[in-house]
Amino acid sequence: MKIKPLQIIAHIILIIGVLLMVVPIWISFASSSHDSVTILTEGMKFHIGDQLARNYNEVLNEKGGWSEEVTAAKMFINSFIMALGIATLKVVISAMSAYALVYYRFKLAVPIFWLIFITLLVPLEVRIFPSYKIVSDLGLTNSYTGLILPLVASATATFFFRQFYKTIPDELLESAKLDGANAWSFFIDFLVPLSKTMIAAMFIFMFVYGYSQYLWPLIMTTAEEYWTVVMGMKIIYTESYEGVALPRTAERFAYIILSMIPPVLVVVFLQKWFIKGLIQTEK
Amino acid sequence: MSFLDLKNVTKIYPNGTKAVHETSLSIDEGEFMVFVGPSGCGKSTLLRMVAGLEDITEGDINLDGKLMNEVDPSERDVAMVFQNYALYPHMNVYNNLAYGLKNRGIDKETIEQKVNDAAKLLQISDYLQRKPSMLSGGQRQRVAMGRAIVRNPKIFLFDEPLSNLDAKLRIQMRLEIKKLQQKVGVTSIFVTHDQVEAMTLADRLAVINNGIIEQLGTPIEIYDNPKSLFVAGFIGSPQMNFLDGNLKNKTLSAEGFEIKDVNTEHEGEVTLGIRPEHLVQSENGLINLKVDLVEQLGSDNLVYGQLKNIKDFCYRCPGNQTIEKGSNLSLNIENKKYYIFDKSTGKRVN
Ligand SMILES: Nc1ncnc2c1ncn2[C@@H]1O[C@H](COP(=O)(O)OP(=O)(O)O)[C@@H](O)[C@H]1O
Ligand SMILES: [Mg+2]
Repeated sequence: MKIKPLQIIAHIILIIGVLLMVVPIWISFASSSHDSVTILTEGMKFHIGDQLARNYNEVLNEKGGWSEEVTAAKMFINSFIMALGIATLKVVISAMSAYALVYYRFKLAVPIFWLIFITLLVPLEVRIFPSYKIVSDLGLTNSYTGLILPLVASATATFFFRQFYKTIPDELLESAKLDGANAWSFFIDFLVPLSKTMIAAMFIFMFVYGYSQYLWPLIMTTAEEYWTVVMGMKIIYTESYEGVALPRTAERFAYIILSMIPPVLVVVFLQKWFIKGLIQTEK
Repeated sequence: MSFLDLKNVTKIYPNGTKAVHETSLSIDEGEFMVFVGPSGCGKSTLLRMVAGLEDITEGDINLDGKLMNEVDPSERDVAMVFQNYALYPHMNVYNNLAYGLKNRGIDKETIEQKVNDAAKLLQISDYLQRKPSMLSGGQRQRVAMGRAIVRNPKIFLFDEPLSNLDAKLRIQMRLEIKKLQQKVGVTSIFVTHDQVEAMTLADRLAVINNGIIEQLGTPIEIYDNPKSLFVAGFIGSPQMNFLDGNLKNKTLSAEGFEIKDVNTEHEGEVTLGIRPEHLVQSENGLINLKVDLVEQLGSDNLVYGQLKNIKDFCYRCPGNQTIEKGSNLSLNIENKKYYIFDKSTGKRVN
């Protein structure tokens, strides 16, 4: 097989892209296997050192925070629960509200849709005080519900689901109706399977969105048992050593590598559906 | 009361379009009824009201003795075959057929039995595991039919189901639909804009124009005895020839010829209609046609020519006759088979 010059150029561009993505991760990983002192004195590393097991063990099991009770493992779990809750509820609520907007032809459907759309202009950071007030009045501070609930409405996902449902021909609904489907079974038997690639994609985006939340958990949680990964990144390896010892750079790298695992797992797990949907169109 | 009864049914869409005007119609059990008319005349609307997919603005629809106006489509026990088939893209053929049965809470074995029987009847047993996207147009058509048959509904509704097929397949499926309906014996309404399809399929035919049933009858009644100019022009291929004329004292004078002893008392401006197949060549005929063009179909020749000021006047003769372009033909009307319509109302007067 002859390789054309164009192909070579394309491959070079792709390889550069891959390197741009992978190299920083590799540096973090390599650096996480050295001593903090080595990194501080010699800079970041490209090769694996001998402190791998020790650093990771330390990160996962060491108790940190003011109370010396919260571990990184606990924070991963917290973040995972929060992200899972946000992603699941966002997808479910958006899919259902889009269903209502598209299929129940009430007069206010369009204004309501635009109202939902406008909320894109007021992200959580803008409405953080009222949100905090409401959540705290409900007594939901320091709870998973409190972490998740204010973030579950999504204009973006509603928009995408709405656009998708609009492309589904009316005859499909009509023929399902004649086959005895009711509103609920049409949603479950038709819209959900037809939009499963869309659901997978939305779930991935929303999971990463939930996982990388910083400001909201920071304000919401006073009890350390609800701390999340991104908060920990800032907090956990500074306080206890403030001014006294060297910054624990190697452990931070280990922490970063570990913190990537949950979203990567979600992507890997859902990728199968996602790709399948991209290559075999079913409409 | 007959099996399906429409009484003064009117449909006005929310945007004000009046699609169906006070239509009344009765269909007997087991009958194959065809709605035919030009695009936009309201035939789909009428069908969709029977299915329950459109609200009825005024009037009543009764099916099997029950008033249907407020009954949900899922409760009506009707099945519909759509123009684009509307198969469920994410389900395989088996599940496409089984879905309606599942919703009725029928047990698994019975469903399997019914689906397999329907599949066999339609010769789609080999594709049961395939998704609709992996089927040809004709196979999809069969699946759509199967989905209707398997439920054994009170009535089949077809909305131009053949118009997405190529000409050859269309004729084949037309025949199969007719055979299938006779075999299964389910009351059916078939909507089409194609008059040949309508003529061949129908037990009875409703010719619809502008939301009104212009004429109702068997295909032959309508062909032999069109009640209006519209029906006369719509049914029959090639189309009926129309000439302007004037009626006075039972004598019709058209361009270049006269017909005496017309069986009507009507007088005034009229339109004379003559079917191309009702003309015969004879010496000293009424009509003198100057041949412009001959279409040879094998079995027949379609001869188009000029008659005084009228262009494209059509005469149909057996295919074994040779007719030269540019020649003059002398034609007579067979057995007084001509139709006279009032020019202003379009109503038949003879
Ligand atoms: N949903 C609708 N809203 C408004 N007008 C409609 C709608 N559907 C059909 N019409 C109008 O009603 C008339 C009849 O339509 P239809 O029954 O679809 O005609 P056909 O099936 O005979 O071609 C047309 O003038 C069409 O434009
Ligand atoms: Mg139509």
